[in-house]
Amino acid sequence: MDWLDVAAQGILLGGVYGLFALGLSLVFGIMRLVNLAHGDLIVLAAYLVLFTSGMAGLPLGAATLLAVAAMFVLGYLLQRFVLDRVLGDDIMPPLLVTFGLSVIVQNALLLTFGADSRRLQAGAFETASVSLAPTLTVGLAPLTTLLAAVIAIALLQLLFYRTSIGRAFRATADNPEIAQLMGINQRRIYAVAVGISLAVSVVAAVSLGIRANFDPSIGPARLLYAFEAVIIGGLGSLWGTLAGGIVVGIAQTIGARINPEWQILAGHLAFLAVLMIRPRGLFPGAGHDAR
Amino acid sequence: MTTLLRTSALDAFYGDFQALFGVDFEIARGEIVAVIGANGAGKSTLLKSIAGLIANRHDALRWGDDAIGDRPAAEVVRLGIALVPEGRQLFPSLTVEENLLVGAYSGLRSAPWDLRSVYDAFPVLRERRDSRVTVLSGGQQQMVAIGRALMSNPALLLCDEISLGLAPIVVEDIYRMLARIRDGGTAVVVVEQDIMRALKSADRFYCLQEGRIRLSGTSSEADRDTITAAYFGT
Repeated sequence: MDWLDVAAQGILLGGVYGLFALGLSLVFGIMRLVNLAHGDLIVLAAYLVLFTSGMAGLPLGAATLLAVAAMFVLGYLLQRFVLDRVLGDDIMPPLLVTFGLSVIVQNALLLTFGADSRRLQAGAFETASVSLAPTLTVGLAPLTTLLAAVIAIALLQLLFYRTSIGRAFRATADNPEIAQLMGINQRRIYAVAVGISLAVSVVAAVSLGIRANFDPSIGPARLLYAFEAVIIGGLGSLWGTLAGGIVVGIAQTIGARINPEWQILAGHLAFLAVLMIRPRGLFPGAGHDAR
Repeated sequence: MTTLLRTSALDAFYGDFQALFGVDFEIARGEIVAVIGANGAGKSTLLKSIAGLIANRHDALRWGDDAIGDRPAAEVVRLGIALVPEGRQLFPSLTVEENLLVGAYSGLRSAPWDLRSVYDAFPVLRERRDSRVTVLSGGQQQMVAIGRALMSNPALLLCDEISLGLAPIVVEDIYRMLARIRDGGTAVVVVEQDIMRALKSADRFYCLQEGRIRLSGTSSEADRDTITAAYFGT
């Protein structure tokens, strides 16, 4: 086995999972909301980009930007008018509502776009590769995905640690009632948080759509890897979430090299192993979460 | 003196449980008023009602001429009312300086209180500006809590049991600071269990018992036995 290549491919795969998990991690860190529809909302974003780039003929970059804006608005409204009504001390109602949302999004996509597998067209970019070392060649698209994940997290960290609204996010995560005493409108903060989470998920959607086929039903399976990434990394830590994605990615790559049937299983085993050794994840309480 | 805030027949509830009964309270600009009473008398509830953490009847609270009883907390702070909550309640994942900056989030007024003047008032906080608040001493944490409230440049500062669990010398420091804050024109309400401490610094006092005002008056004319009777309900 070429370990250098395994590590590189694993890390790149981890970048995809990290991107998937980022929005999940963000929303959980700020408002303790577990969004079971996150995977399906990513698929929705992928269809949005597919529709605007393919059928309406926009370039992929412009379609992505448009989708980022649209998903932010969708997230804001979703929180403000739906999730806000069920958010409280009891964690069950939001779980049930986002589960229902997951079913609705899947079926709406099925009705609108059919069950066929789709793919985003990115031309030569899809198959281009770069040589990092004599024995190591990686795809340009996966490398860009990992870079996008790193840039997205870096920007979010800047937002959280260098801006007034970022402090408001973290203060609200610490203690929502006292945050209100500072003049922070909790409902608006939560709506912006879900908006950002869905805006970031567009980046995940585009990298998914270029890398692999998607259809309306793949959301929940992707969500599972994303959950594993969030929990391995430590709840609420964004860099931890990327690290968690990379752990799952490397484990899956090693598993696949031993026997292609073992790819998925190896990822889950790595997840269980981390849970047994470090039940609170690799970076518990890091980042903006230190309750 | 002009009345800054007045409550009239204020009732307050936690669900079905009524914690305040027809409380009439007022404070004028530049005054320090003490609210004393035993545990569970309703002192904190009164402050939470004023700060908007407990919703009240529209006209139960008047800020100048405006009825503000039903305003939520995030709006009340914009009027110029800031609460230093019981137990300090700092944001544990934020540094000292970030806690102070969050206090200025409403951002309406930036004078006289800003980072510089809060650090001048509490120099030890300048040294610890990048520390997490969880590693500070109790007294320093209380300074952050007061500084955080001041950062909104309130006209009315509500202080809930700010001496609780602090060394007497630290308590003296903090009350000296309150006097200076009042001299700057800010009215201050202090909630205290320590009657003597409260009366020493306040111009007037209210004594609450079981959600009702049993006694009120000026601190200088307060009679210890009468207060004790009102305090314990004997």
